[in-house]
Amino acid sequence: MTNPTPASAAEWPLWEVFVRSRSGLDHKHCGSLHAADPKMAIQMARDVYTRRQEGTSVWVVRSDQIVASDPADKDMYFDPMEDKVYRHPTFYKLPGSVDHM
Amino acid sequence: MYTQAMDTMGKEPGDAKKPIRSAEEMQLEQRFDARIDEGGFIEAKDWMPEHYRKTLVRQISQHAHSEIVGMLPEGNWITRAPTLKRKAILLAKVQDEAGHGLYLYSAAETLGTSRDQMVDALHSGRAKYSSIFNYPTLTWADMGTIGWLVDGAAIMNQVPICRCSYAPYARAMIRICREESFHQRQGFEALLTMMQNGTEAQKAMVQDAVDRWWWPSIMMFGPPDDQSPNSAQSMRWGIKRFTNDDLRAKFIDAAVEQAKVLGVTLPDPDLKWNEERQHHDHGPIDWSEFWRVIGGDGPCNRERLGARVKAWEDGAWVREAALAHAAKRAEPTSLAA
Repeated sequence: MTNPTPASAAEWPLWEVFVRSRSGLDHKHCGSLHAADPKMAIQMARDVYTRRQEGTSVWVVRSDQIVASDPADKDMYFDPMEDKVYRHPTFYKLPGSVDHM
Repeated sequence: MYTQAMDTMGKEPGDAKKPIRSAEEMQLEQRFDARIDEGGFIEAKDWMPEHYRKTLVRQISQHAHSEIVGMLPEGNWITRAPTLKRKAILLAKVQDEAGHGLYLYSAAETLGTSRDQMVDALHSGRAKYSSIFNYPTLTWADMGTIGWLVDGAAIMNQVPICRCSYAPYARAMIRICREESFHQRQGFEALLTMMQNGTEAQKAMVQDAVDRWWWPSIMMFGPPDDQSPNSAQSMRWGIKRFTNDDLRAKFIDAAVEQAKVLGVTLPDPDLKWNEERQHHDHGPIDWSEFWRVIGGDGPCNRERLGARVKAWEDGAWVREAALAHAAKRAEPTSLAA
């Protein structure tokens, strides 16, 4: 890009939005938005992400406050669990008469 | 709403592929290609070729701009809707378009571009939006016709993007498609009400709107396949799933049947079923009009862009004040101690 970035310091910060669709369920990530402060972020999350009764509760978190695993580490991080089948109940073969334990 | 995507995008400096690549980069690219081939998704922080990133930034931001500019032709009729019911529906639809624009801007931002950069690209004329929004909305029947034809064409185009290889775009698209269906149905129902219960003048108004919106609507799918040089790469990358002409044919086939139910005629005397192709044949599309509108010389280009720039500039003090307020609230106050 040859065009310099316009003053992005003036941009409202980015927030991640999490919505609980029904009581009893987890909050689930549904998108992001820009807002100047927490109160505005909650208000806008309601307007942008719950126009059709998609939620009964919203969380907003500043995007720059989220710490995430590095995609490049994905194999190293998650593959070791692949050969630990003994962590699942199905690994253990039991006689039919007691198999429902 | 929808994007005319790669076909109408201006070239930017730095588009040319870099000829020299490291062994590591080639390996990353092979892995990326393999993931696309097996129908996998690419997430924001995954490695991706620079050209893939740029193509997506352009397509998604153009799509977002289309949603935002697309509020203007309909916003024009909110205060003039014939009943409170129609007014509430139109208001909800226009609010949806704003929401769709926001989902898409967010998706584009995951690729490393800022909201201000995208807005600036639109306002300075570097970025495009769908040609369809440069046509005027002259009567109330235009509201119904936009819902039926314009949103109908948009849905035809957008449904395949729900399976786009770039996951944040695909997720935004799923949400949009779920909401968009109401847009088309309310439009068709508004027209049907006028055609079945309306006066002769109202029926004529519907026919007139259909006559004006038909050709621009089928142009929304972009130029014919043989004039769409970037399509192949986008299909290879799983950004695009069907060609422009395939989607256009599907749309025309559906619209012909719907027009019969409405009782309107589509303004194309050459429109007829082709048994061999299993699609309708249609008359020649005036592509010179399409390119004229894309190039900035449609009936409302200056008005639309002018309205966006004015809204942005008039809102500047609000954006600044909100930030100043937030900063002030965040300051630790010694009095509170």
